[in-house]
Amino acid sequence: MSKAIDEKAVCEIIKAHGSKPDAIIAILQEIQERYHYLPQECFALISREIGVSMVKVYSVATFYENFSLEPKGKYVIKCCDGTACHIRKSIPILEALRKELGLSANKKTTDDMLFTVETVACLGACGMAPVLTVNDKVHASMTPEKALGLVQELREAEK
Amino acid sequence: MKLTSRKDLIALRERCAAAIANERKRILVCAGTGCASGGSLDIYARLKALMAQRGIPCSVELADEPHGEVVGLKKCGCHGFCEMGPLVRIEPAGWLYVKVKVEDCEEIIDRTIVGDELIERLTYRKGGVSYARQDEIPFYKNQHRIVLEHCGHIDAESIEEYIGVGGYSAFEKALFDMTGEEVVQTVLESNLRGRGGAGFPAGIKWDTVRKTPADQKYILCNGDEGDPGAFMDRSIMEGDPHRMLEGMMIAGVATGATKGYIYVRAEYPMAVARLHTAIEQAQEHGLLGENILGTGFSFTIHINRGAGAFVCGEETALIASIEGDRGFPRVRYLPTAVKGLFGKPTVPNNVETYANVPLIILRGAEWFKKIGKDPKNAGTKVFALTGNIENTGLIEVPMGTPLSEVIYDIGGGCRGGAEFKAVQIGGPSGGCLTKEHMDLPLDYDSLKSVGAIIGSGGLVVMDEHTCIVEVARFFMHFTQNESCGKCVPCREGTKRMLEILQNIVAGKGREGDVELLLELADTVQNTALCGLGKTAPNPVLSTIRSFRDEYEAHIKEHRCPAGACQKLKRIYIDPQLCKGCSRCAKGCPANAISGQIKSPYSIDLSLCIRCGACISTCPFHAIKEG
Repeated sequence: MSKAIDEKAVCEIIKAHGSKPDAIIAILQEIQERYHYLPQECFALISREIGVSMVKVYSVATFYENFSLEPKGKYVIKCCDGTACHIRKSIPILEALRKELGLSANKKTTDDMLFTVETVACLGACGMAPVLTVNDKVHASMTPEKALGLVQELREAEK
Repeated sequence: MKLTSRKDLIALRERCAAAIANERKRILVCAGTGCASGGSLDIYARLKALMAQRGIPCSVELADEPHGEVVGLKKCGCHGFCEMGPLVRIEPAGWLYVKVKVEDCEEIIDRTIVGDELIERLTYRKGGVSYARQDEIPFYKNQHRIVLEHCGHIDAESIEEYIGVGGYSAFEKALFDMTGEEVVQTVLESNLRGRGGAGFPAGIKWDTVRKTPADQKYILCNGDEGDPGAFMDRSIMEGDPHRMLEGMMIAGVATGATKGYIYVRAEYPMAVARLHTAIEQAQEHGLLGENILGTGFSFTIHINRGAGAFVCGEETALIASIEGDRGFPRVRYLPTAVKGLFGKPTVPNNVETYANVPLIILRGAEWFKKIGKDPKNAGTKVFALTGNIENTGLIEVPMGTPLSEVIYDIGGGCRGGAEFKAVQIGGPSGGCLTKEHMDLPLDYDSLKSVGAIIGSGGLVVMDEHTCIVEVARFFMHFTQNESCGKCVPCREGTKRMLEILQNIVAGKGREGDVELLLELADTVQNTALCGLGKTAPNPVLSTIRSFRDEYEAHIKEHRCPAGACQKLKRIYIDPQLCKGCSRCAKGCPANAISGQIKSPYSIDLSLCIRCGACISTCPFHAIKEG
């Protein structure tokens, strides 16, 4: 298995949180911020450093929606499907994005690792529904056309 | 600067108030999530650059020591009128500029700041009237802003501004002039009820924690606002974070707790950042930490970010999550106030509840009880008004305000003049209110009497084009997805209910489905472990109660009365318009269209897959949906 993580850096993250079992979530969040996902190797490391079983670390990592055990694309697009967005037609936006990028509910990341498309229950930006976020930046009052335009812009920026 | 005594705090307050008074004009740029996504931060930057260019003395951060007259330029919290963003408020005139663009900045500086002129094209217009002052706009006029009084009026990232407008004086009063017991008594007498949904009296929780002996007690703030369609707490955390911290600190004084935890959704990055800033500032000023203002009282606040589990809004699941576990709810043998976080007595309240506390301490329980129509449902409530409504945004009204006032006077009615159908209150745990509830006062007890709850305060308005069965399916899908899987009734019950609803909206409903839904709902409600499961059937129950005919239409006639369910759409050919050209029949992938050339064609609905291909091919627009 390739060394996906920098062991020293991860240990520092763990130490910064006091190597305590109640900090598991915060530790996982910080590791994910660094790698954009949770590399498998970090579980053994956390388990060793804070003295809990690997099962426990794994159970926490898989319970919460925000943790991903698979690498994500450079641009994570979160399509809000909260009530307000749903009522103002958020699903056609999601469908347009998935169609454009060849993604589905099961396949969330493009093969070139550029885009990940996910849904999120509510971003709390209901006043501007429907919304989506690209790497946490909120884009308001979306339409399928605007969303596709956004993808195009990001692609251009990559060239 | 660290404050070490009451005198220091009072002196700082005077200096900050003087500095605010010294700002001859203030430009308040809304920097809430809504306006920020509309580009308000660029507007802020442009205004700042322009003022530097024109040599206008501008104060971005409130200067402790006033020197000469300046124009204040502030990033403030959410004004609530998200629909009209980005918003810029001009003080002292009280003008509100809506839908401001970066290109407008120059004009704002030249005409409004240098001159004293109103730029009329930037004001809010409705029905041919232009409203210059923010408080004249119907959306604001009918509100009663107490909890949100600072949102949009002060710099959300400045402790000096908060102190300058009287912030932390309630904490000061509780710390120096009152005993813990008196504080608890005041909250008890005020009848402040939990703003998170259930409406449990906050004072009772505080009193229990105060009276339970323990070596460590905790103050817990639930900022895991997960209900889709709700963003009240987000706006408070972003717009007036110190207000909430002050409420938590007062709870600490009252109960003898020395540690506070705030659990915030990870989906609210700006709220997390602002809270971090606020906590750091409070520490620097000696308002958090050891030996606060020389009294010997110590209090610290820690922020925990959620990781995307709706169930963590449930008190025991939230505690499990802070302790580093999966967010599974626990059976409550003892209340959280006796055995909560890390097994210790804990005050669990939500953001808005804490934000109410400072004013209650300052102005007294009697003042608070007079707000609203019924002293048992005292105070105000912040609602997030969204969906198919003209004015979306954040509003605050006295408890007991009739629904019609909220929908029509403040909300401006349905979008595009459509007919009002229902409003979902309390998100996926709540119920729907219909036209017959227009006069219903919005408070805990009245809503309970019609099977709805105030919940966290999301109001999602639906018009005649929204299918109510599909909405029930949407909520069930949400709760099913968020069910943690610990108890069988919720894990399996919501799944079966979702299946039935999915069948109904797909036109595969069967006779007896409604009765089966009611039976399942009853079981799940009565046997699920936590609040998520117990309330999950509410949207289904309340929609069946009010719109049973729509369910029946889907099941018996395979028809969606709102015309929204894709799979139930009927496509037909208008014989008056059809010229019999056969183009539609050739393009139909299901061979559902037949007829003879030059006479009207027809669609066999049993074969039609509702793809709509024929509609776009017909040159005579004879094919219609309905």
